[in-house]
Amino acid sequence: MASQAKQGSQKMQEYQDMANQMRPRKPLLKNALWAFFVGGLISEVGQGVQWFFMQHGLSAKEATPPMTVVMIGIGALLTGLGWYDRVVKHGGMGGSLPITGFANAMVAPAMEFRTEGLVLGVGAKLFTVAGPVLAYGLAAAFVVGLLRLLITGVA
Amino acid sequence: MAVIRLGPSTYQFENIRILAAAAVGGPKEGQGPLGAYFDSIWSSELKDHASFEVAERHLLLEAQDLAVKKSAVPWESIDMVMGGDLLDQLASTNFAGREHQRPLLGLFAACAVFTEALGLGAMAIAGGGPRNVLAAAASHHMAAERQFRFPIELGYQRAPTAAWTATAAGACLVSGSDAVTGEGGVSVESVTFGRVVDWGSKDPNDMGTAMAPAAYDTICRHFEDTGRSIEDYDQIYTGDLGVFGVRLLSALAQKDGKHWDERLDDCGRALYAIDKQDVHNGGSGAGCSASVFSGFIYNRLLKKDLQRVLLVATGALFSPTTYQQGESIPSIAHAVSVRRL
Amino acid sequence: MPLIFLWAFIIGGLLCVVAQLTLDLFPLTPAHILVLFVVIGAILGGVGLYGKLVAVAGAGASVPLTGFGYTLVTGVGEAVKTKGVLGLLTGGLTAAAGGIKAAVLFGLAASLVFKPKV
Repeated sequence: MASQAKQGSQKMQEYQDMANQMRPRKPLLKNALWAFFVGGLISEVGQGVQWFFMQHGLSAKEATPPMTVVMIGIGALLTGLGWYDRVVKHGGMGGSLPITGFANAMVAPAMEFRTEGLVLGVGAKLFTVAGPVLAYGLAAAFVVGLLRLLITGVA
Repeated sequence: MAVIRLGPSTYQFENIRILAAAAVGGPKEGQGPLGAYFDSIWSSELKDHASFEVAERHLLLEAQDLAVKKSAVPWESIDMVMGGDLLDQLASTNFAGREHQRPLLGLFAACAVFTEALGLGAMAIAGGGPRNVLAAAASHHMAAERQFRFPIELGYQRAPTAAWTATAAGACLVSGSDAVTGEGGVSVESVTFGRVVDWGSKDPNDMGTAMAPAAYDTICRHFEDTGRSIEDYDQIYTGDLGVFGVRLLSALAQKDGKHWDERLDDCGRALYAIDKQDVHNGGSGAGCSASVFSGFIYNRLLKKDLQRVLLVATGALFSPTTYQQGESIPSIAHAVSVRRL
Repeated sequence: MPLIFLWAFIIGGLLCVVAQLTLDLFPLTPAHILVLFVVIGAILGGVGLYGKLVAVAGAGASVPLTGFGYTLVTGVGEAVKTKGVLGLLTGGLTAAAGGIKAAVLFGLAASLVFKPKV
């Protein structure tokens, strides 16, 4: 029985190795280039929006929160129109990493689960992806802040 | 009527016919190379239904209803309905059952359920039970994505090995010889029921790798039990191994000195125009093998383009929970031998 | 000033390239990567590096989700300055409040107005 099991797992490993060799590769370079251009473009739009707010008297730092809100709005709108999934399909993380992608990650599940009602569907699903991001982002900020306080005595 | 046990996994029957078959599909399926073989193509994925889940049950009902109508057997005389789908608790199959009110045997084998139903139904009739069985399966792209992967509008990149769950349903009315008249038709000869095969695949974006070993296991057992080889079949159609899975199946066969390439095809690969319809590995879903068989393959058998076919639907038996718990993906394949008389 | 426009594109693009390579080379889902990058942003922000990147690249640093981590940790830092230890708890969320609230409101609105397409 034991040697059968060993033969079995050897056969499985050989199969997985064969499959790994034969599998069509993800186009790494193409994906990276697309991510660069789409991510860069979205960042550029953000920069433009920020510059617009700065033209109205805000400093760079003050202009960042309203720029964030605008970008979130853009991501939400493009998701609602059904276009943002195409941005990510081609741009990959170039579409998912920017804050527009984060908006997409909140809005898409909310839209999708409307059939399950406003509370358990829309309400709960808003945080499917946003939940972990907030949970661990806040945790990291807390830990880093605490360490800075303990190590340097200041914030 | 009798059921003959040919071997550990295979049962043979005489005089079990498919009286009628029907296939219903969504817009993408209609645009594919097999579009003309569907009895009905929906103009949209939702077709004014309240949700994608509700749409799926109507897809199934439509296929079932068309098959029953074509057979000229009235619904009240349908002894049993067997079949399944991909949704939790077999929602589509059960809610369709609420409509048709026939004795219902819901089955789950992921995307392998159609051949499980076809084989089990044929065996039940041959064993002297029901006079006829309606075997059916359905899947819906949007409903499957909601349950298994992502909400639709959430952007994500699909891997080259990812499959596209088909929005499709297929139904066959199987009957014993008493109800059959005249000139031949298509018979269900035998069924080889698969066992669970798990060779350690863990990537749900590459089902072909997970399922090919199960298909190989079942096909080999079928040949062993029946004493046949691939030359006895015009075609072996796997369910949804897709472009990559078929290559792996072929490679597994080659390793054992068998050459299956020329007679090996796949419902998921055939359903879409792979290079034009952006489906990567090809179609998948319980409705994929069901609709491709009930439309395309069944028609070709009737026209005598094909004489004998082995339909090997394949299913990946994982759930979002097992995946998140780090388990690999066990698979199963059930094979049905179908012949033009 | 035009220079920041150039750097916004380049840095924003590069951050996304790193994320993309991570996605393609490791068995991680996009959600895992977003979490990873938020945490990295918080850490780099905490040690003072990310602030420098923001100064040079502007939106190229604040638009990618690392920028969100930076916002959170900066918020914590400022809250600790004004409120002491309590700031560790109140700081992060208040800094991100605008963005989160906007996302929630837009999400609710979109789900009421739009229907998903294939």
